[in-house]
Order: sequence, then structure tokens, then C-alpha cells
Amino acid sequence: MSALAHYFPTGISAYLVGGLCIGLGVALLFILTGYIGGVSTFFSAVWSFVSQWPHFQQHGLVTSRSWRLMYAVGMVLGAVIFTFAVNHGRTFVTSVPPWQLLIGGLIGGFGARYSGGCTSGHGICGLGSLQKPSLAAVITFVVTAIITAHVIKLIGGV
Amino acid sequence: MKHRDSLPLLVSALAAGGLFGFGLALSGMVKPEVIFQFLLLRDFGLMLVMLGAACTVMVAYKVIPRVMDKPVFGKSFGTHPLQPTRRVIVGAVVFGIGWGISGVCPGPAIAGLGVGNWPVLYVVAGLLLGAWLEGRLTHRE
Repeated sequence: MSALAHYFPTGISAYLVGGLCIGLGVALLFILTGYIGGVSTFFSAVWSFVSQWPHFQQHGLVTSRSWRLMYAVGMVLGAVIFTFAVNHGRTFVTSVPPWQLLIGGLIGGFGARYSGGCTSGHGICGLGSLQKPSLAAVITFVVTAIITAHVIKLIGGV
Repeated sequence: MKHRDSLPLLVSALAAGGLFGFGLALSGMVKPEVIFQFLLLRDFGLMLVMLGAACTVMVAYKVIPRVMDKPVFGKSFGTHPLQPTRRVIVGAVVFGIGWGISGVCPGPAIAGLGVGNWPVLYVVAGLLLGAWLEGRLTHRE
């Protein structure tokens, strides 16, 4: 088996084209609006609509919540377009159990906001602007996630 | 403090998000099963997605401010300078643990809804709760 087929058993084209689309989305946001398109800030910014707690009323969150909301709606619509235009209407439902999704989301949400970015904020925008702290963050969360996933598998999770 | 984004800015964000979500779906990143294939070191596709996107963005962030004075609809090109703090790394460790448990990061938690992957609502709930706790517990003036 070639090395390529060994490390990429399902091929590389969907990954490359998909990654290009993601990058073009972030680039389009930049060229049209000048905004930096990380995703995790959305989950803090939406709290500014309902919470008066000073953290959520920060200028950066209040002034960006509208476009972040539209960005999120666009992400859902983009995936809908993929489903019908490319995937012949076939949907996908994960078999990862709810407890993993909820607990993982909770811990991941806390960490991403504490760190100031996630796979998109550090991994795409941060690396894209050649920021060393983001590179350190990406290496850190990828290694941590790899270790965690192995532990989850050991204890019988998906 | 009132702040309103103009309609063109909001439509731009919608379109950009659309491309982003389409890419997440096409690359399979909306499937936690695919993420776990990477995290269990069986398929390194995720690296191609992240690096492919980062390289595209790098070119955009470098070139666009040189050829345009300001964004098409916005006032100025934003930057997001990060200080190399303990916070960035500690947060990344915590984020990695969460990501390794769920197999879903914030982008796919949102875009996943568009492929019918409704259980990501559990992740959305978790992310909202996590972001709320972070804001409540770590706020500094």
C-alpha cells in the first residue's frame, strides 16, 4: 500500500477541496467586511443578547454579534446546499452518544473561549496570520485531543 | 451602546459562512466519526483540511490589504493579535479534551445542522454552557 493510501484511506480530494472552500469563506469574509472569521466567539457573543454580565457586554462581543449570527446561519445554509446540490439529499446522523457530545461541547466551549480560539480561530485564522501563539495552541489542542480520543476509546466510547 | 452592521455586511457574513459551511460538509468535518478517524490516527485528512484552509487564508490576509485600501463594505481590515499567554495554552488543553470527547468543534457543531446531524444540538448546548461558564468564572476588568 502506498504511503498516501495508508495515511489517507478515503483519498485526499474531498479534504483539499473542502479545506479550500473553508479558506475561501474566511477570505471572502475578510475581503468584504474586514472581519476575522473564527467561530467560537459566536458562542460568547450570543450571550450578549440575554446576559447583562459585564463579560458578555464587552464591546467586541456586542458589536460583532449580528454578523457572527449571520455567519452561523450561513454555515448551516452552506451545509444544506451541500446536502441537496452535491449529496443527493442524503443526510447524516452521528452515532456518537449524547453524553459525549454534551460533555465534550461543554469542556470544549470553555476551553476555546478561555484560549481565545478553536480549530477555526487558531487553526485557520491564527495560522493564516502566522501567529506563533496560535501555532502553539493548535499543536497543544491537537495533541490533547488525540490523547483524549484514545482514552475515550479505551473506556468504551465511540 | 448601539451598533448596527449594515445590510451588505450582514449579507457578506451570510455568504462567507455559506462557503465555510459548504466546505465543512464537503470535507466530512461535520461527521464526528471522521474527526475520530483523525484523532485515532487512522486518517490524516483533517490536517489537509486545516492546512489547506489556513494557506488559503494566509494568502488572503497577506495580499488583500496590499491591493485594497479597505474592505468592500467594511471600514478597515481587522487584525486579531494574540499575546503568548498561559491562557492561550491552558485553554487549548481544555479545548482539546472537549474536542477529543465529542469529536465536534464549534464550526461543525453549527454546520452539522445543515446535513441533518441533529445530535450536534447537544454540542451546541454544551458550547453555549461552556462559553457562559467561561464568561462568568474568568471575567477580569
